[in-house]
This record gives sequence, C-alpha cells and structure tokens, in this order.
Amino acid sequence: MANSTHQESKNLVGWIDARFPLSSTVKAHITEYYAPKNFNFWYFFGALATLILVIQILTGIFLTMNYKPEASLAFASVEYIMRDVSWGRLIRYMHSTGASMFFVVIYLHMFRGLMYGSYKTPRELIWLFGVGIFLVLMGEAFFGYLLPWGQMSYWGAQVIINLFTSIPFIGPDISLWLRGDYTVSDATLNRFFAFHVIALPLVLLGLVVAHLIALHEVGSNNPDGVEIKKNKDPKTHIPLDGIPFHPYYTVKDLMGVSVFLLVFSAIIFFAPEMGGYFLEANNFIPADPLKTPAHIAPVWYFTPYYSILRAVPPILNSQFPGVAAMGLSVVSFAFLPWLDRSPVKSIRYRGNLYKKWLAAFVVSFLILGYLGTEPSNVWGQFSVNIPLFGGADRATVVARIFSVVYFSFFALMPWYTKRDKTKPVPERVTG
Amino acid sequence: MANQEVDQSKRKFLIAATSVAGGVAAAAVAVPFVTSMLPSERAKAAGAPVEADISKIESGSMITVEWRGKPVWIVNRNQAMLDALSKHDDKLSDPKLAVTSQQPDYCANPARSIKPNIMVLVGICTHLGCSPSPKLQTGGDMGAEWAGGFFCPCHGSRFDLAGRVFNGSPAPINLVVPPHKYISDAILLIGTDDKGVA
Repeated sequence: MANSTHQESKNLVGWIDARFPLSSTVKAHITEYYAPKNFNFWYFFGALATLILVIQILTGIFLTMNYKPEASLAFASVEYIMRDVSWGRLIRYMHSTGASMFFVVIYLHMFRGLMYGSYKTPRELIWLFGVGIFLVLMGEAFFGYLLPWGQMSYWGAQVIINLFTSIPFIGPDISLWLRGDYTVSDATLNRFFAFHVIALPLVLLGLVVAHLIALHEVGSNNPDGVEIKKNKDPKTHIPLDGIPFHPYYTVKDLMGVSVFLLVFSAIIFFAPEMGGYFLEANNFIPADPLKTPAHIAPVWYFTPYYSILRAVPPILNSQFPGVAAMGLSVVSFAFLPWLDRSPVKSIRYRGNLYKKWLAAFVVSFLILGYLGTEPSNVWGQFSVNIPLFGGADRATVVARIFSVVYFSFFALMPWYTKRDKTKPVPERVTG
Repeated sequence: MANQEVDQSKRKFLIAATSVAGGVAAAAVAVPFVTSMLPSERAKAAGAPVEADISKIESGSMITVEWRGKPVWIVNRNQAMLDALSKHDDKLSDPKLAVTSQQPDYCANPARSIKPNIMVLVGICTHLGCSPSPKLQTGGDMGAEWAGGFFCPCHGSRFDLAGRVFNGSPAPINLVVPPHKYISDAILLIGTDDKGVA
C-alpha cells in the first residue's frame, strides 16, 4: 500500500493517480471510510436524501426543456408537459412527488439526529451545514411551487412575500424588491425560476459537499453515541467497531434504496397528488390575481411553521411577532448543539426527561402540521360562556398550546438535559 | 532585496488598504445587481393610475377595477349602509383611524371617503394579502348581526363597509384606501391625487 503511492503503475488508474488523487479520494470516502458497525434503520435516510437530490436534479433538467417561465405561458406549458410531452407526466410527477418525499426523508434524518445526539461535539458543523441544507431546501420548495402558476402557487407566494412586509420600517420595500413589481407577476415568476433552477441548487450542492466532508473528517455517530475512533487497532489504526463504507453500507443502502423506490413508484403511479397533500387541487386552476381561493394552505411540509404563524396574535397592530415566531421555529434547530447540556449523546443512555420532551416535541410538530393544512375554524368555536377562551376558535387555542410546547423543547433544553438522569455509556458499541 | 527586513507595519497597512478598496469595489458592483431586482421601468409604467367610470354603479352595489395588479373596490353605499357605519365603533380595532398610513388625509373622516357614498378600497387583506369577499348585504351566512362589509376567506378577518377591521380578526389594521381623485362627477382616477402619483 505504502509503495504503490510512490511508484507509477502502468495501468490507467495509475496514470491518473500520478496526476489526480483518484484512488486516495475513493479510499478516504468510500472503501476505507470506516463507519460504525451498528447502524440501524434510521441511518438509511442520509443516502436516500442524496438519491432524491439526484432525482430532483435529473427530472428538473428535463422539465426545463418544456417549461416556460412566463406568466402567460407557464400554466399551459405545465399542462403541455402533462398531456403532450412523451412521458412528460411521469417526469413531472417524479419531480413533484420527489419534493414531498425529500421532506419526508429529511425530517426522518433530522429526527435521527435528535434521537442519537448527532449534533453534539464534535459534529456541530455537520449539523449546521445540515440546517443550511434544510433552509435552502425550503427555499427550493417555495420558489418551485410558484412555477406551475396555479391559484395556490400564486396566492401562496403572495402570502409568503407579504410576510416580509410586516418587518418594521424596511418590510414593504423588501417585498417590492423580492417581487420586482407591485404584485406577484411575470417578473416574480421569472426570478423565482432563476432561483429555483440555478441559484439555490448550486448553494445546495455546495452545502451537501461541506456536510459530507465534515462528516468524513470526524466520522459518523451511531445509535450508541460512542466515538469509534477512541478504540483503534494498535497496528492498523482502524477503529475496532468500524467497517468500510464499501461494500458493507453501500449494500445496506442499496437495500434501503430498493424499498424506497417501491414506495416512491407506488405514489407516482397511483396517488401522485396524495389526496391534495402533495399537489393541491386549487393549483390545477390558473393563477387569478383578483380572486383568492377560499382556503389557502401551504404544502404539508410547511404547515407546522404556518400553524405557529397563525397561532401568534398580532401585537401592537403588527403581524411581525407571528412572522418572527415562524422564522424562529425553523432556525431553532441550529442552536441544538449548544442547548443540549447532556453528557451523553444517544437516547439509549438518556433519562426519561429527555425522552418525554422529545415525544412532546414530535407530537406538537405533527399536530401543528395537521392544523396548518386546515382552516382555523376546523374544530368550531368554544362556547361563549367559557371564561378566557369564550368564542375563540378551538383549533387556534390548540395551536397556541402546542406552539408553546414546540418552543419549550428548545428553550428549556439546557435545563432538562442537565437535570436528566443518564445511564453509563459503554466503551464499545453494543451492536 | 532578499536580505532586507520586511516592514511589517507597512505590509499590514497595504493589506488593509487593499482590502478596503476591494471591498468598496465589490459593494459598488453589487448595486446594479440588487437594483436590477426592483420594479423595471415597464412595471412602473404599468403601475400608472387607472380611470374608473362610477356613474353605472347602482346604489348598494360595487365594482372591482385593477390597479397595479391589485383589486380596487368601488362601493356605492346607500343611506342605510352609511347609517350603520357609526353604530359599531366599539367592535372595531381602529374606529378613529389611528393608523394614518391606511388612508390619505382627505379620507380620514368617518366614512373614509371623499364623497360619502363612494368608498374606494384596495381589496387586499392587511393580514397576509388575500382578497376578501364582499358581503355587502346585512345578515345572510355572516350571522344576524352582520351589517354588511367584507370577509376574508383565508383567515377569517372581517371588515365593515368603510374597510375598518373588526376586533378579533387576524388582520391588524384597516384596509387601505388608495390615493384617488375625481376628474368629473362620473370619472374617478385611482392611484393619484393632488399631491401626485403614489
């Protein structure tokens, strides 16, 4: 091994290696990247997210071949792709389903991080790059959703851009600058197209590379939260609990990819609109700037934050507190490495306190997510006779309670993780 | 040259000066790019004032015209509607028009209009920019106490026939009265007034 790097071998790989670090890169990141041997189900989602990124880029390239980013043509060009372009319907549904599945996979990937403390030292930067990826992904989804130029595209963009209007002093000018017109218009569609197909994908790819480089520098966490680099073979310096990523995890991930593609294909073939959750019915009506649809809801992956936005009442005639709360609900994830004071990483060795808080957080996230898809009067109103809540929308009150739980998970974390009774962590992984 | 000692303070100064000069240049180059995202000259021209013929609006009904891509409602309020405006001040968030940015000075009166019966409103909810639905008639699906106004289907904000928001609505402030003026009795010009174009 040591010799081969010095003498130039006669084959093509050797010729390349003398000029470009091909073999050493493959070794460092694939064949001799040692990952903990105890990865479980939750470790499929990083690889799956990468797969979806590739699917989105590929299908996106082919969609741009027929899509027209112009207000008078956009809606018809999407219908043209759906009806007249050979297999266009499949490519479009792959892209729209891919968007929703991206968030399914990313949310599970993030939950894995929460369970096993993957954000804790020395993986803070991996986590921060990940939060960056999440934010850019939300931007991609938002900008992409305007492109079909349906009613939901139009009014969704209108509502989100107007959120910026509530920023004190500079808000209205920022909105005008973002739209490039006095209302969401052709200018807005054009720039959203530019952001969606080139600006954000470039940032996204850069962040993904940074995420992986940081990961391979410090090594993967695992369900035990044990650092495998602490126990190395004295001769080979290979972690005793590590196995090479290839072939072990490439094969495992292929199995995950197969199962994922089964689910993915089933959705594309049989339920691409997912009952209105992946593609909303109103978005098959062309955008009409003078008529708001009766019920505006974002796509499901934005609804927990949207619920928080709606739950915060205006303060001093300003919508800004709600907007700020929504922004904070997304950005809060970035602070986790510094909020968590627990001496252990994995949920396996944490006490009940953390487990209960994590459960409460997941429940809040799901309930807020559900409420965000429904109008705020979905559960009717409280009777006028009840003190405090009299006449208020039941759903709004529930959303307020769970918004408080959502933020408490983060805000109280330094307290409950420190107070929690942890169990001793083993020296080696438990398999 | 090689033997000469490096003058560290001179080197630091030159590095700082070069960085500042480069930074200023970079900021200057950013200006055209950032400015290019503002409304273009064509968009500004399309945002010019629009005329509306109000002679054909029957008493108690309304028309919608488009100004800068936004719906502008022109309501010809009848006497019963005008009388109802003063009866629910206690239920409004801002009955006395304290937020002055929502109407021009010449409309800062109880009816929020130049001619009492002709109400001009930008039909965009002050909550998150949806377009409320007109519910001009009393009662109906809005409940027995409803005295006519506008209802936003997105998040349930309610406004009266002067565009003033009711308490308990997600919308924080009253609907906007755009700048407007009368060219003649029948023709209204929206988007401009005697002070100039908005």
